[in-house]
Amino acid sequence: MDQSPDVKITDMKERYRSGVLKYRQMGYWEPDYEPKDTDVLAVFRITPQDGVDPEEAAAAVAGESSTATWTVVWTDRLTDSEYYRAKAYRVDPVPGTPGQYFAYIAYDLDLFEEGSIANLTASIIGNVFGFKPLKALRLEDMRIPAHYLKTFQGPATGIVVERERMNVFGRPLLGATMKPKLGLSGRNYGRVVYEALKGGLDFTKDDENINSQPFMHWRDRFLYCMEAVNKAQAETGEVKGTYLNVTAATMEDMYERAEFAKSLGSVIVMIDLVIGYTAIQSMAKWARRNDMILHLHRAGHSTYTRQKNHGVSFRVIAKWMRMAGVDHIHAGTVVGKLEGDPSVIAGVYDICRENHVPQNLQHGIFFDQPWASLKKLMPVASGGIHAGQMHQLLHYLGEDVVLQFGGGTIGHPQGIQAGAIANRVALEVMVKARNERRDIWNEGPQILAEAARWCQPLRAALDTWKDVTFNYASTDSVDFVPTPTAS
Amino acid sequence: MKLTQGQFSFLPDLTDADITLQVQYALENGWAIAIEYTSDPHPRNVYWSMWGNPMFDLRDAAGVLMELNACRAEHGHHYIKIVAFDSRKGWESVRMSFIVNRPAFEPGFELVRTEGPGRTVGYQLRSYTTTVAPTAP
Repeated sequence: MDQSPDVKITDMKERYRSGVLKYRQMGYWEPDYEPKDTDVLAVFRITPQDGVDPEEAAAAVAGESSTATWTVVWTDRLTDSEYYRAKAYRVDPVPGTPGQYFAYIAYDLDLFEEGSIANLTASIIGNVFGFKPLKALRLEDMRIPAHYLKTFQGPATGIVVERERMNVFGRPLLGATMKPKLGLSGRNYGRVVYEALKGGLDFTKDDENINSQPFMHWRDRFLYCMEAVNKAQAETGEVKGTYLNVTAATMEDMYERAEFAKSLGSVIVMIDLVIGYTAIQSMAKWARRNDMILHLHRAGHSTYTRQKNHGVSFRVIAKWMRMAGVDHIHAGTVVGKLEGDPSVIAGVYDICRENHVPQNLQHGIFFDQPWASLKKLMPVASGGIHAGQMHQLLHYLGEDVVLQFGGGTIGHPQGIQAGAIANRVALEVMVKARNERRDIWNEGPQILAEAARWCQPLRAALDTWKDVTFNYASTDSVDFVPTPTAS
Repeated sequence: MKLTQGQFSFLPDLTDADITLQVQYALENGWAIAIEYTSDPHPRNVYWSMWGNPMFDLRDAAGVLMELNACRAEHGHHYIKIVAFDSRKGWESVRMSFIVNRPAFEPGFELVRTEGPGRTVGYQLRSYTTTVAPTAP
């Protein structure tokens, strides 16, 4: 019996004859499938090899990310394989990009273990990314059903409770990453923390690669940093925090460091994305149990998020991290030194902060995403930003964000405290102006200049960095642009 | 020392006109204004005294200013802050908070260190206002 390679084989004897079938014939392409509310949905950007048609490629992705192997196996008949198969149900060409397609795939909820990012990702970004019939594959977005979300803890603290603990409302929080990233002794490092916090920042931060090196072991760093935090608190009457990086080789080491941070009274600890999803979830549960804010530095993500044709988009990583339960995530600055298209970043910030994110193709959001009251994840903007950009930062990123000026604080010509004062004054003056309904986008530079008349540190900051911008084209941009309507 | 809690402590003291604009912003967002005061601004002193309940039904900034001036008349030697409260689902907390009155002299805090084993130090922050304040310089 001849079979078209384009259709699912319904005759069971034919279907399970030993040998190799097209993925479509095996049943992974179901153009009539109506996704269920409980399905996990994924949209992949696929670049099929020459001669592989997009529906077959989509079916292959569905197959390889769920139940399939390369050949027919009779053992499928021992289970309800129809039910467990992921189903590719839609393929669209990527606008303006020949050879690439968006493939939509639905996965039944029963394919996944409750509350496990590791299990979810082992399917969705498992074997499939090395699959030969595809030149490249990128996971663009996912819709996680509320039913599945509710099996995750979500952020240990969340934006609202973090603000309540920090006693900071109505303005972005301010932070700075300690520089130089590597090489300072614990005693000198604590000096930088103290100066920055005393000057007016809410947070200071270990960088991603500060763990426990020969020049500064972790206990030493924690002790000096907490001296700095407490001294700054006493001199300002504010709650201060320093992200003590507890990233280490093993969970036992990380728990030990986190417990020590807690015993010293730190309000926040930090981990790096490179520790892996399971370790992140473990630390998120620890943080919830111990009233600790958990900062995540996204070290390593650009290896797979930046190029548009292959990898995982950062919006998906942000979703996974909100589920996994961190409280802070670096999510882009738009105007700073690191990758960040404004539309892409607006989409990521919505994923972090909203309780319902509607589909918005112009921001790279392919699906409606309910968040089912999982707590809000505080985005962090860090990397090459300075006080002179305050109006742009507030415009693009809004209020619920940590603005981190590392070089923009420590590199101030009059010292670290002056750098912190400049940033804090620029921030407060801009929030005040926004609330007064001034047009900060256009009047921002003037508002800063007015404040610089009475705030010398701000004047020096503006003079030092006035011309610094990072205007490079983004490699990760959205594929959908608004179509002008005829008037 | 200058206590730098709140949204605008790094700016020159807000005028009544400034305060009115900020209150207006809060009211336009549907937030309720509250006035709170204290003599002890310890950063962990969450519950400042309330100058009455939050003004859930007051939609006019001038009314808030009247209340603020009444509070100032009685507590001009204390810290007073204006707080905007958002009752909407998913927030249900403070949206704005800024200081609108300070004592003429702000004594600040003593940092008390208690040395422990392994070079650890226990830190305690003590408001001078709750003990014996130093005299003004």
